[in-house]
Amino acid sequence: MSTVPADLRYAKSHEWVKSAGDGTATIGITDYAQNSLGDITYVQLPKVGASLAAGQVFGVVESVKAASDLYAPVAGEVIAINPVLDSAPETVNSAPYDGGWMLKLKIVDAASANALLDAAAYEKAIA
Amino acid sequence: MSELKRTPLRDFHAAHGARLVDFAGWEMPVQYRSILEEHKAVRRTAGLFDVSHMGEVEVKGPGALGFLNHLVTNDVAKLFPGRVLYSPMCYPNGGVVDDLLVYMRAPEDYFLCINAGNIDKDVAWINEQAKGFEVTITHRSDDYALLAVQGPAACAIVQSLTGAKLDRIGYYHFAEGTLAGVQCMISRTGYTGEDGFELYHPAGDAQVLAEALLAAGVPFGLELTGLGARDSLRLEAGYPLYGHEITADISPLTAGLGWTVKLDKGVDFVGRDALVAEKNNGAPNKVIFFKTGDRRIVRAETPVLGADGVAVGKVLSGTLSPVLNEAIGSALVTTASSTGALSVDIRGTLINLQLVKPPFVQLKKSST
Repeated sequence: MSTVPADLRYAKSHEWVKSAGDGTATIGITDYAQNSLGDITYVQLPKVGASLAAGQVFGVVESVKAASDLYAPVAGEVIAINPVLDSAPETVNSAPYDGGWMLKLKIVDAASANALLDAAAYEKAIA
Repeated sequence: MSELKRTPLRDFHAAHGARLVDFAGWEMPVQYRSILEEHKAVRRTAGLFDVSHMGEVEVKGPGALGFLNHLVTNDVAKLFPGRVLYSPMCYPNGGVVDDLLVYMRAPEDYFLCINAGNIDKDVAWINEQAKGFEVTITHRSDDYALLAVQGPAACAIVQSLTGAKLDRIGYYHFAEGTLAGVQCMISRTGYTGEDGFELYHPAGDAQVLAEALLAAGVPFGLELTGLGARDSLRLEAGYPLYGHEITADISPLTAGLGWTVKLDKGVDFVGRDALVAEKNNGAPNKVIFFKTGDRRIVRAETPVLGADGVAVGKVLSGTLSPVLNEAIGSALVTTASSTGALSVDIRGTLINLQLVKPPFVQLKKSST
């Protein structure tokens, strides 16, 4: 049973977006994604300052099983990346919505997150 | 689409939260909790593996020794009752049919353990090669289940369930005994590089034995361990996996298993001529083991680049070593390139391969 927090928005490619309300948003991957991947061994993230288009590959998440691309759910500029993931990538497995966050973006279009799936729609998508 | 085969413990695995996958046509647990955590548990305390999918074949009769010494590359004449031998068996061209364990139970009574993915091929090959020898070959895979307990606490855990004196069973030796009332061939062997036992027992008793081992082992920190951890453990130990480091196209000499090829054992064996030629002429390729100093896993089939950036081989196995905290693996490269700089391209970044003479970790198998 995957956890799908109600206050987040979701991409079909299993990234979540948490809008802070001040024009910034935090991005990570869902509980469903971390469970499918298995033990995460490496997370490759972009540099701070990088500009991402919606749907653009922003990095890679590697597990013992395979490597998977990470897709930007919304467009924006990278203002922070999670420093913990370099030495402890398994944090994405244990806390995909909290300690395992991946990026913070300054969002180009504040309403863009609303175009993504809400929790109910994402739950249906992964059922 | 044919259904996957199941070991007697398939429902036991499901009940304990295993993630079940298709392995060589068998429904097997790849992990229960986490591949990395299960791996670390084996090195720290102990792990319990269901490897019942492996195959068992009996070879009996006056011609058994002669036949087996013709079939495999290692010297079966070295065995005495209670002793185990690891050996490849080869095709006439020196490529490997499978690697296996040969158990001597008594004169004229041998027991073979073969890889799950090769059972049908091996049984056909063994029967074909046996023509002309006075032996009876009996395929017993369906009768046996196999549980492995591996790790520093394995001996204490298994001892708590049996009256057999385990300190009398040395590495690569075995004895008959009962564990929790289940008749077992207690074999001090394993595929992890740790001390431990592989327990061959009647398939119908697998559930009872697994429950007993789990109950006895949990106070020691025993964990159920899947095939994912089994693979990373054997790679850390530098052990070959059939289909990767040894194949129909990779001979034991190319794979660095020269110690299992007894060209001078005094009898001809299948593949001997080809292996003598390879030894005399030098093999064009060799299997190397490497680490990278980086956490990005170098996966099987990744091309290996030589000093001038040209491909000189490919990766055979790759994983993350939870003990070393870096990527480790094996590769088949040209012998000529193996002494120079080698690298792989991971998503546009060139990563150097640091050659390592295996094992990657200190092997703590039994010293008795």
